[in-house]
Amino acid sequence: MRNVFLFIQRYFVFLVFLILQGIALWMLFSYNRFHQAAFLGIASEVTGTINTRVDKVDDYFHLSEENRRLHRMNDSLLNTLQSNFVKTDTSAKLVTDSTRFDTVAAIRRYLSRDAKVVYNSVNRENNYLQLNRGAVGGIRDNMAVINSAGEAVGVVVNVSPNFSQVMSLLHVKSRVTAAIKKTGDYGTLEWDARDPRLLTLKGIPRNVEVKQGDTVITSVYSYNFPPGFMVGTVAAIQTEKASGFYLLKVRTAVNFNSIQQVFVVENLQRNEQLKLEQDTEQKIEQKK
Amino acid sequence: MSDLVKNIIRLVLFILVQVYVLDKIPHLHRFIVPYLYYLFILWLPFSIPRLGLLALGFLCGLLLDYFKMTPGLHTAACVLVAYARPFIINLLTAKETTEFNYHEPSPRGMGWGPYMVYAFILTLLHHSYLTGLEWLQFGTFLNLLIKILATTAISMLLIFTVELLFPRRMKYRTNTA
Repeated sequence: MRNVFLFIQRYFVFLVFLILQGIALWMLFSYNRFHQAAFLGIASEVTGTINTRVDKVDDYFHLSEENRRLHRMNDSLLNTLQSNFVKTDTSAKLVTDSTRFDTVAAIRRYLSRDAKVVYNSVNRENNYLQLNRGAVGGIRDNMAVINSAGEAVGVVVNVSPNFSQVMSLLHVKSRVTAAIKKTGDYGTLEWDARDPRLLTLKGIPRNVEVKQGDTVITSVYSYNFPPGFMVGTVAAIQTEKASGFYLLKVRTAVNFNSIQQVFVVENLQRNEQLKLEQDTEQKIEQKK
Repeated sequence: MSDLVKNIIRLVLFILVQVYVLDKIPHLHRFIVPYLYYLFILWLPFSIPRLGLLALGFLCGLLLDYFKMTPGLHTAACVLVAYARPFIINLLTAKETTEFNYHEPSPRGMGWGPYMVYAFILTLLHHSYLTGLEWLQFGTFLNLLIKILATTAISMLLIFTVELLFPRRMKYRTNTA
């Protein structure tokens, strides 16, 4: 017994070193798996406040670009106004029915909330953004994030009361379903951690005709992203030799260096979709 | 200024510079990530007990981690640097001459040669461990090696610049005072 104490006394510093290493590695690996770590909620409240202050200054350097994006977005919305279209049939009278008690009433599927990016990084393998709106402001995990010009940015992975953290498309674990706009064929969008301007689109079969410059948009099959939002354009076409699928390099529409205003889009039917999928799986399992 | 106040200010400055300046620099290359914050650990006084050093390393890394949203990553590397520091100092300096005459490791106290070797070994250690942990999840071995070397080179350049720009004036301690 005395030897044990002597041993501990002699190697006390080394033991403390091992314990601290253990704590650090445990935090790291548990965070990588679940995107949750000890005290991260409290910590992100603190870092969030500091980030917000720094960001206020940083804003001025990107104002013109942000302005241009906003203007373009406004322009695209302006073009969808009903007053832009003329009915050639003059006998028809246009009535817009605003009541929702119709049997064919539209059901709202996507709801967007605005937020401001307070922290952002591009130069690591795992890049995150921090937004100034959190659980109190209605943000939940797995909501999609698009920028002010309507281009895909990432997915919310963690929320604290007043801030939320977004896994950027520039994250080696990011997997987003995206499609070629022209043909509608969809694949998985990933990032190989090389160039922050280029993403990789996998899983498009070789028989699809793809050209350089083709537009890539968010797919209708995604549970997180609303369909039809711009992701980028095809920059280079390679083929995976083993599988016979394309390996498309996609130039991102978003400039990840200068994201400021974003929209957080919630899929209101996401839970229903997921539940249906689970139930189906269960049913099939039982039948076997 | 007392040691405690001085080092608290240093810690805050290093973390802020790392998060809001070095990490905001437009992406140079995927292999180059400028790191400087761990210089805080390298600059701590000689007199700190080894346990305190470990605790400070843990704190420094954790602070940065919460800013960068990578809990544990820099903490692990910092704890390693803090643990290895006394050994390197013992190797590089003769105890009687420097440790008692000067307060903390600096090019003036240790001489440029030994100081740069001291900084280089700890930098290499920090980056190898950090990049190793990062690339455990992702990447190939050759990339890992290149990234360690590139990042170390950039960090050494930064440390050299900082030492030239901000020479720390330190009293030469004698028995007479």
